[in-house]
Amino acid sequence: MFDQLADLFTPTVLLYLLRGFAITLRVAVIAILLSILFGTILGLIRAYAPKPLRMLAGAYIEWFRNTPHLLWVMVCFIAAPLPSDWARCAMAYVLFTSAMMAEVVRGGLNAIPKGQFEAAHSQGFTLMGTLRYIILPQCFRRIVPTMLSQIITVVKDTSFMAQVAVAELLFRTKNLMSIFYNVVGRQITALDVFLLFGFAMLLYFLVNFALSCIVRYLQKRNHTGLPHR
Amino acid sequence: MIEQILTPWRWQTLLTQWPTLLRAFLTTLEASVLALLLALVLGVIFGLMSTSHHRLPRVVARIYVEFFQNTPLMIQLFFVFFALPYVGVSLPAFACGVLCVGVYTGAYISEVVRAGIQSIPLGQFEAAHSQGFTYLQTMLLIILPQTARIILPPLVNQCVNLIKNTSVLAMIAGGDLMYVANNWATNGNASYGPAYLIIGVLYFLLCFPLSTWARRYEEKLQRQDTQRPAAGKEAAA
Repeated sequence: MFDQLADLFTPTVLLYLLRGFAITLRVAVIAILLSILFGTILGLIRAYAPKPLRMLAGAYIEWFRNTPHLLWVMVCFIAAPLPSDWARCAMAYVLFTSAMMAEVVRGGLNAIPKGQFEAAHSQGFTLMGTLRYIILPQCFRRIVPTMLSQIITVVKDTSFMAQVAVAELLFRTKNLMSIFYNVVGRQITALDVFLLFGFAMLLYFLVNFALSCIVRYLQKRNHTGLPHR
Repeated sequence: MIEQILTPWRWQTLLTQWPTLLRAFLTTLEASVLALLLALVLGVIFGLMSTSHHRLPRVVARIYVEFFQNTPLMIQLFFVFFALPYVGVSLPAFACGVLCVGVYTGAYISEVVRAGIQSIPLGQFEAAHSQGFTYLQTMLLIILPQTARIILPPLVNQCVNLIKNTSVLAMIAGGDLMYVANNWATNGNASYGPAYLIIGVLYFLLCFPLSTWARRYEEKLQRQDTQRPAAGKEAAA
């Protein structure tokens, strides 16, 4: 067993897989940062903007929330106006994760009483000031757990890129199965396949499990901590 | 993409193949229903296990949930489809897809069920016990029916996710909507614009009513709870 481990995970193989994981993480981080930004803007529009704008944002959110993520990865891979493969895919993640985040943000905003706007206005806050200093901080405090769950989804969804041959972790894992002889220098066995998949699963699991532990910790704190309304 | 969508002949060639599309739509529907059944069964079983008094079932349920929620569905699918044949287990693509999507969603549903059960006041369990109900009777006749009100919206949301996730069948040539669109995108005509638009609309038609209903229902529950703070407890009692 251990012989086989050392035999299989040579530095070449490990580096090959870890570089794939780096692409996974790069796309995930870019998608998460941009979609939190766009999602917040969309969520604010959906909650507070005048009706026509609100409906537009609503249409965007519903359209992306109710169609498969894989579809958008395919569409953006083919049609997005960006130079590299992974960037085109990243755009797909930004598109639909923004819609998801907007829903999350809207949920947080709904819980904030409208009276806060009037109170802030009476204290001389501008609209932007109110959002920046009063509304959004409360909103984000509430929604951090939900948002992290969404982030886990993004990390998992990056594996869709394997379908369009972006060499992320899952693609490389599967690819190793076909180029195994050239890389390791012997025929592939069942144990090798299981170890390869096990390694890839472990990497995904470590990142996501860490995130989900944070979710649970925050949820518990939100429930038992100070009243956060 | 846009100019493709605006080109009439591409639509004409696609729409002559409507039986393929219909078959794919039915495949997606069938996969969704079967996977949902599997997910519900697993979800209830593991949901019950995770509220058990004994340590072992709780630990097993925890492992199931954490493993399937924290690794991508795609890698689970690829494992079953590409790795299991090495040990002599080869399933057809459709069965693979249903199995993986079902087991994956089951982990989410089990968390929904667990939260539902934990929201029921402890007194209910004690009351049922004092009336001589067995564990299964208590759960099936008393606890689970009461949780329905709270868990329906998240359950329906999981159902929407499940429908969207059946698109991974395309990865292993499962013949679903996504697969057909990918075929159209890569065959001679390369009519991916209209193809992806059509299946996007079809998925939307399946998912939108469900997710809208779930949101409305949830908002209604929230309004009730804020108007009458004790409403939840009264309804449960």
